[in-house]
Amino acid sequence: MSEIRPLRDAVAELIHDGDTVAMEGFTHLIPFAAAHEIIRQRITDLTLVRMTPDVIYDQLIGAGLVRKLVFSWGGNPGVGSLHRFRDAVENGWPRPLELDEHSHAGMANRYVAGASGLPFAVLRGYRGTDLGGRTSTVSTVTCPFTGEELAAVAAVNPDVTVIHAQQADRAGNVRFWGLTGVQKEAALAAKRVLVTVEEVVDAFEPRPGAVVLASWTVDAIAEVPGGAHPSYAAGYSVRDNAHYQAWDAVARDRDAFTAWLDRTFPAQREGAVPA
Amino acid sequence: MTTAATAPSDRSAAPAWSSDELMTVNAARALAAARTCFVGIGLPSTAANLARRTANPDLVLIYESGAIGAKPTRLPLSIGDGELADTADAVVSVPEMFNYWLQGGRIDVGFLGAAQLDRFGNINTTIVDRGPDRPEGRLPGAGGAPEIAANCGEVLIVLRHSPRNMVAALDFRTSVGHGDGVGDRARLGLRGRGPVAVITDLGVLRPSATTSELELTELHPGVTVNQVREATGWPLAVAPEVGVTEPPTADELTALRALKAA
Repeated sequence: MSEIRPLRDAVAELIHDGDTVAMEGFTHLIPFAAAHEIIRQRITDLTLVRMTPDVIYDQLIGAGLVRKLVFSWGGNPGVGSLHRFRDAVENGWPRPLELDEHSHAGMANRYVAGASGLPFAVLRGYRGTDLGGRTSTVSTVTCPFTGEELAAVAAVNPDVTVIHAQQADRAGNVRFWGLTGVQKEAALAAKRVLVTVEEVVDAFEPRPGAVVLASWTVDAIAEVPGGAHPSYAAGYSVRDNAHYQAWDAVARDRDAFTAWLDRTFPAQREGAVPA
Repeated sequence: MTTAATAPSDRSAAPAWSSDELMTVNAARALAAARTCFVGIGLPSTAANLARRTANPDLVLIYESGAIGAKPTRLPLSIGDGELADTADAVVSVPEMFNYWLQGGRIDVGFLGAAQLDRFGNINTTIVDRGPDRPEGRLPGAGGAPEIAANCGEVLIVLRHSPRNMVAALDFRTSVGHGDGVGDRARLGLRGRGPVAVITDLGVLRPSATTSELELTELHPGVTVNQVREATGWPLAVAPEVGVTEPPTADELTALRALKAA
């Protein structure tokens, strides 16, 4: 059963050094506040999983907390590069970053397999591309009925999945709507689940099309209004596109990024980021 | 990157346009007959939204974030801006989008950009080789493109024409166009037709029916074959008859500029 608790306590209890963590949200409902709490607590040596690393993982990578990234598209949507991600991959700053790289279809199906309790998923994908040459989590499987060769992708089962949702109710059920991305699969694939929400309501009003995660599939809920900013929560906020555009200049330069880190997380900065 | 061009003198009343505008207008026209289009962000999204305002008002725009039939009033910055979901006919999850809609063969046209493109319309968006003493340059990666290129009924590609983008050999093959040549898509089991046109700021390339190699079939007004050859990183094949694209109309330019300004 899920427990409603402060974000700081939920992060400290559920996320540990060395964990594989998925923080999902396809442009919408990205759990930025939870990521910032990870930076605050200096939880490190993480393997991060996410289809679109986005600014949220650019920040965690730049903060030196990430050992490995499992992903399918690493850009700042509509703006350009994720410069901290690039600097880590190209120059090993502030530490080398191992990659496990897929297509969106492959990543989505890896979560589906994880949520389904299967070791792998099957799709028509990857054929003729160079993607399979750089990962051990893509292979092929032969259809036992038709003989057709198809792509097989290994299941993803994160230690922890973190998502942001619009609402939880007092019983600890979670509900989100709009672009719901791959969060249901990411949550059901994980060993532990942390959800930040815009608000806790007494009871859900009917809302067709919303995704509900029952309280017994979630470990902790933290009420964090605006916890997706600069991403957004439909019905509560709009995407802060100006913030995404402004991030480009912050992330482009190591000194500007380090100054941002110092400014945003002042108490954690005593020699914390390796040079 | 945009170079100013002026209308031919016999059209002196027509407005001037940039080479980027030529590219986008022609990319939008290429969607005139499509029912559904899987839209990548950036140039493809601009062109697809322009098509809905000009050549094809009924075009169904599909964004990988889950929006089917999005009707944004202004250009979205990301593929997941809220307006895409708010105006959509249906909103589906990401696994459903890729498995049922794209892999299920329900989308007519995939519209892609590229960092590098080769003569068979194969695409690299993953890494670039910057020479022996330098680390690989990192690009965003595959995203939805490999399966869009594999599974849409056909593929349109839009990119700016330069020797840096149009290369003899890709540094990495992220998405398959026509593979190593004619018949390769069938051999790989890819069900869509693959790239049918590459629209650039200089003209239009289409795959040859006999070799699947891209050849220059149309020039934009004022552009010469030599200019295109110089901007292409392989010995460019040129069709026996090279046409000239219609200049942008005032309506097209007005709609495009309004879209960019909103």
